[in-house]
Amino acid sequence: MTAIDPTAHLTAEQIEELGRELDAIRDEVIASRGEKDAAYIRKVISAQRKLELVSRGVLLFSIFPPAWLLGTAGLSVAKIMDNMEIGHNVLHGQWDWMRDPKIHSTTWEWDHVSPSDQWKHSHNELHHTYTNVIGKDNDLGYGIMRVDEDQKWHPFHLGQPLWNFINACFFEYGIAAYDLELSKNLHKHRRKNPEFRARAKAVGRKIRKQVLKDYVIHPLLSGPSFLPTLAATFTANLVRNLWSHSVIMCGHFPEGVQVFERWSIKGETRGQWYLRQMMGSANISGSKAMHFMTGNLSHQIEHHLFPDLPSNRYAEVAVKVRALFEKYELEYVTGPLPKQVFSAWHKVFRLSLPNKKPQVKTPAREQELLAA
Amino acid sequence: MTSTVLRSRAWKLLEMVTTPLLPSDYLDLVSPLRAGADLRGRIEAVRPETGDAATVVIRPGRGWRGHTAGQYVRIGVDVDGVRLWRAYSITSPTNRQDGRVTITVKAIPDGKVSNHLVRRAKPGTLIQLDQATGDFVLPRAKPAKVLYLTAGSGITPVMGMLRDTEFDDVVMVHCAPQPQDVIFRSELHDLVADRKLRLTEVHTDTDGMLDIARLDELVPDWAERETWACGPAGLLDAAERHWSEHGVQERLHTERFRPSIVVAGDGGEVTFSATGKTVDADGATPLLDVGEEAGVLMPSGCRMGICFGCVTPLKAGAVRDLRTGEITEAEPGVLIQTCVSVAAGPCAIER
Ligand SMILES: Cc1cc2nc3c(=O)[nH]c(=O)nc-3n(C[C@H](O)[C@H](O)[C@H](O)COP(=O)(O)OP(=O)(O)OC[C@H]3O[C@@H](n4cnc5c(N)ncnc54)[C@H](O)[C@@H]3O)c2cc1C
Ligand code: FES
Repeated sequence: MTAIDPTAHLTAEQIEELGRELDAIRDEVIASRGEKDAAYIRKVISAQRKLELVSRGVLLFSIFPPAWLLGTAGLSVAKIMDNMEIGHNVLHGQWDWMRDPKIHSTTWEWDHVSPSDQWKHSHNELHHTYTNVIGKDNDLGYGIMRVDEDQKWHPFHLGQPLWNFINACFFEYGIAAYDLELSKNLHKHRRKNPEFRARAKAVGRKIRKQVLKDYVIHPLLSGPSFLPTLAATFTANLVRNLWSHSVIMCGHFPEGVQVFERWSIKGETRGQWYLRQMMGSANISGSKAMHFMTGNLSHQIEHHLFPDLPSNRYAEVAVKVRALFEKYELEYVTGPLPKQVFSAWHKVFRLSLPNKKPQVKTPAREQELLAA
Repeated sequence: MTSTVLRSRAWKLLEMVTTPLLPSDYLDLVSPLRAGADLRGRIEAVRPETGDAATVVIRPGRGWRGHTAGQYVRIGVDVDGVRLWRAYSITSPTNRQDGRVTITVKAIPDGKVSNHLVRRAKPGTLIQLDQATGDFVLPRAKPAKVLYLTAGSGITPVMGMLRDTEFDDVVMVHCAPQPQDVIFRSELHDLVADRKLRLTEVHTDTDGMLDIARLDELVPDWAERETWACGPAGLLDAAERHWSEHGVQERLHTERFRPSIVVAGDGGEVTFSATGKTVDADGATPLLDVGEEAGVLMPSGCRMGICFGCVTPLKAGAVRDLRTGEITEAEPGVLIQTCVSVAAGPCAIER
């Protein structure tokens, strides 16, 4: 909790009114969802597949530097598309309304070492429900970082810029680890839990398949280009990891984004839930291409308000949401990618050092909640 | 090594390259109708038949196993981006040279799929197909005398039969509001001219609804005829009663286009098909809570309709979405979010 609650000026009725206005925005999109949206996602999926196929084809000749460059760039973009605009959003159920079993949250599998069903649990159910609630949302600092002045400092946190950088390079493995809740489940008495073991096995299988494809089969198929192709797929995975890590850091870490205490979400109304999503997320501004490559997570605020609306509609939703921020005098945290990445990293560095305990002014609404 | 072993090894290798996708996901991009693909079809033409009916010519994928005259095919069409499945009788003969099949669709008021197919479907569109099925078919042994009793779009399976198999003595009684509403009218009249068919048209706008007792006058030997009847429930119910009363019900074959009407009232008996539990639910309690209270293991997440952690196949009946009031009816492949769905009449979900 930052020292001053930026929502303290809102009355309970205003918050519920805000909730109703947001519901209306959501209903409008749902009522107009249709053929164009379906055509959009099918086009993106088809483009991604073609790009991946062509890039991997080009990489068969990766011994020639121009082929290496072209293939690696193409494969990097293809992997980013797979994870961001396609995988993340399909797994959110954004396209389930199409009733196409091939583009459905329950059947989709992505180019990522965390099996999609495990990711869906930790991301959709935990992170989206408990957004930015300390102790409940594992995405907050991924359990290895201190992200708020209020969190207790430990000498371990001195290394957090380094942990964060390593996590960025191997982000998909980091995600798989916390989807498995490794830090919790590696305790002796939990390790033998059959449910955990089954999940760990599933991750093992997924990793094996992914590694085999990227680091054995594809290089082998490249014959004399074995080593360059190996380097290419490694690079593509690295680029994808660094990119998605940056985008996701920008979603909840930049300065100005609020975090919440466990008690503050007890008995939360729909309006209050919306408000927490508004205050707990940050956007990235930029071109259409930028929005596309971030999987429209550049519209993180809109995505957190309406996680299951089709991603191609967030841009138009953002205009209306931003107007509501203004109407209710709330801060819409947004900025260009470099600025937001810097801001997030700055926080990681700053909080690696201990700080004085901030003064918490408990606003009236929270006192009410505390009393309840 | 035999060639099949080689091929399956090559396929395995391909799967390792394409993981987490399948080779078919890539092949579908270029050849969605190939052998081995999920069964699909491509609409090649849409030809108007009457003011509100059209024939859709479909080129089925290589996996199509053909049909028997009178059968129907389920097709999955994307209407406003949403995949909807409906059944349509096949109107083309089984021996069509070019391998195409046709269905003939009558647009019904507010009908989503029928209006889409009749008025908006474009040649070139891919649709999903199932293999032909249905037992409203002709017998192996040719009956000596045949009666076709049809009304409205119920003529479609019978047209499939007429185009497929010739009989020595065929009578048809067909009901439609007006002459211009009779689907396939000129083709029927050609058959009459060739003496292959005796036809009675009942124009219900002027003649009134067909009273089944009038059959004695229209087709005096109706009770001796092997009869295929297809049309609205009223006609078929009356026919079934009539044939039973005369003790010849085994000569009557009927095909209905509409399933028994789902009672979309509030609440109902919920069956959890995997665990075999059945409980009564009211129209306000989400199925997620209903299941949990009954001790059924229900997946769940946010419990407010956003995370899709609770999606479950709806196997039968209907549920109401608490948020929109919208009713979702069971069809293969339909998934519901149990945390925002309530029973709208008896229903079954796979848990
Ligand atoms: C075995 C079988 C074979 C069929 N063959 C044909 C065929 O050859 N040609 C053809 O046109 N149709 C045929 N049908 C009907 C077809 O499957 C659809 O039900 C019909 O096209 C309506 O679908 P829709 O999406 O347009 O209507 P919906 O959007 O599903 O329904 C709109 C409204 O119309 C009502 N309704 C639904 N079906 C009918 C109906 N048949 N008559 C009157 N009202 C209805 C609904 O209750 C609803 O109120 C067949 C059905 C079956 C089960
Ligand atoms: S549990 Fe969240 S959508 Fe059902």
